Amino acid sequence: MNYTQLISKKETNAYFDSFSGYIFLIVFLLFSGWFFASPLFLAQTSDLRTLFNIIPILFIFFVPVITMGLLASERSSGTIELLLTFPLTETQIIMGKFWAALKLIAIGLLFTFIHFITIIALGTNIDFGAIFSGYLGLLLLGGAYASIGIFTSSLFKNQQVSFILSYVIIFVLYMLQYFLFFIPAAFAGFLQNISIGYHYSSMTRGVIDTRDVIYFLGLIIVFLRLAVKCLKMSKWK
Amino acid sequence: MIRLENLVKDYGTVRAVDHVNFEIRDGEILGFLGPNGAGKSTTLKMITCYLSPTEGNIYVDGDNVIENSLEIRKRIGYLPEQNPLYEEMLVYDYLKFVADIRQVKNFKARLKEIIELCGLHGVVQKPIQTLSKGYKQRVGIAQAIIHDPEILILDEPNSGLDPNQIVEIRELIKELGKEKTLIISSHILQEVQAVCDRIMIIHEGKIVADGTVDQLKSGYNKSMSVILKSDANEEAINVMVEKLGNMKLSRLNRISETFSEAVVEFDRQFDRRPEIFKYIKNNGYMLFELHREDISLEDVFRKFTIEGGNNELHPIDQ
Repeated sequence: MNYTQLISKKETNAYFDSFSGYIFLIVFLLFSGWFFASPLFLAQTSDLRTLFNIIPILFIFFVPVITMGLLASERSSGTIELLLTFPLTETQIIMGKFWAALKLIAIGLLFTFIHFITIIALGTNIDFGAIFSGYLGLLLLGGAYASIGIFTSSLFKNQQVSFILSYVIIFVLYMLQYFLFFIPAAFAGFLQNISIGYHYSSMTRGVIDTRDVIYFLGLIIVFLRLAVKCLKMSKWK
Repeated sequence: MIRLENLVKDYGTVRAVDHVNFEIRDGEILGFLGPNGAGKSTTLKMITCYLSPTEGNIYVDGDNVIENSLEIRKRIGYLPEQNPLYEEMLVYDYLKFVADIRQVKNFKARLKEIIELCGLHGVVQKPIQTLSKGYKQRVGIAQAIIHDPEILILDEPNSGLDPNQIVEIRELIKELGKEKTLIISSHILQEVQAVCDRIMIIHEGKIVADGTVDQLKSGYNKSMSVILKSDANEEAINVMVEKLGNMKLSRLNRISETFSEAVVEFDRQFDRRPEIFKYIKNNGYMLFELHREDISLEDVFRKFTIEGGNNELHPIDQ
């Protein structure tokens, strides 16, 4: 196993040893199940649109919860000193943590396949393409949220502070497109393009546009690199 | 060999380590002493690549710790101050995790050795948070030595332990010191005195003393104090000091009518005890005790860290 995998395995074990992983999965599934099931028979459509609309908003809360401690707790308990004196690069540490968070998000998404099965059982004329691209969008969006959460976690010792900051950053980035009418038209196009919601909604329509994929990957890379920078900077404090 | 050259570390405007230079030879056991906040941990953190120096260089076997950081970290085992551990992990899982990162081949066999060496029998399958402080410390040391490093750095391995645990950990450290280059930091003097070949005292970021325990003690004071217990009264002692000359009476207690205790000081280069003995004997007094007052390392430590390091007494210069 390489170093990144070792860190990722350690974090995954930590999620499930401390039950926080189970709690995340259970509460997330309860919420998403409720929001999916309650309008299902009213809407009379056989798609997962309600699910795809609600999960990004649930994730704004849930993803910072699972990422807030990834580095902040290492700092507050002092174990960051062990990690940084092991023969590991900062990138390996950050990537290990990122994969662990993404794995947990992916497991959560995997469980929502139950709703997918419901749709197959109940409905006809299902748009499998839209569902596939929707899930891909959710995974990318989850990754982007996680990278933002890891970045804020690398800034602080205090998990709550890290949570609040990542919550705010994600919320603003997601909601940006809904505030566009307040903003002069010259900026609006630019702001729309950096809005998570804008790129995500285009993916749920069943079109995989490389620009959207590149946007999400770019977002992930930028925030993970910032987190790596942050870890490196602590050497010079 | 570890070499520190002109090492400086600033935290904002505070200079924690101030132009420190020294060398540690292979196999040496170095005790790194100093009051809290003297810069001990900061120096160790720079050697272990956790912090980067503001100025200066550190070389481990000729390799710069900034340029060859990853390589050097593989050769070092480190127990940080406060012994941070992943408290929720089982001891076994924790040691397995560290062993994997340290690329230990044949973990099972190595674990057996480590359990034996660190006395971890019976706790391997327990969560770390349920262990006593002494056991946690052993887990911390086990973590540091699991890959059998050439260099072992223990930052205050005894802090917070009770006297029994301190003795146990001391035995363990002695055992480890047989084959490794070892740096132990502490503000407890007996600790380093018991295990270290060489002691270095750091104060306000500067090295103020460096040498063996004996060198430090002798460098501390140019005079020798002798305790004299006899049935001579105060007057007789005063007369004796005057007659023998070149000595100073630094303390005189009358314990009873026929018994007094005096502390006499003279230049350590000339041992005057035989003269004192002869004088007492020839004047018909009875001698009960005549011995050299031991300078404790505490005195040396206080001398260098409270009164400030006086360069004249710097054992290095002698």
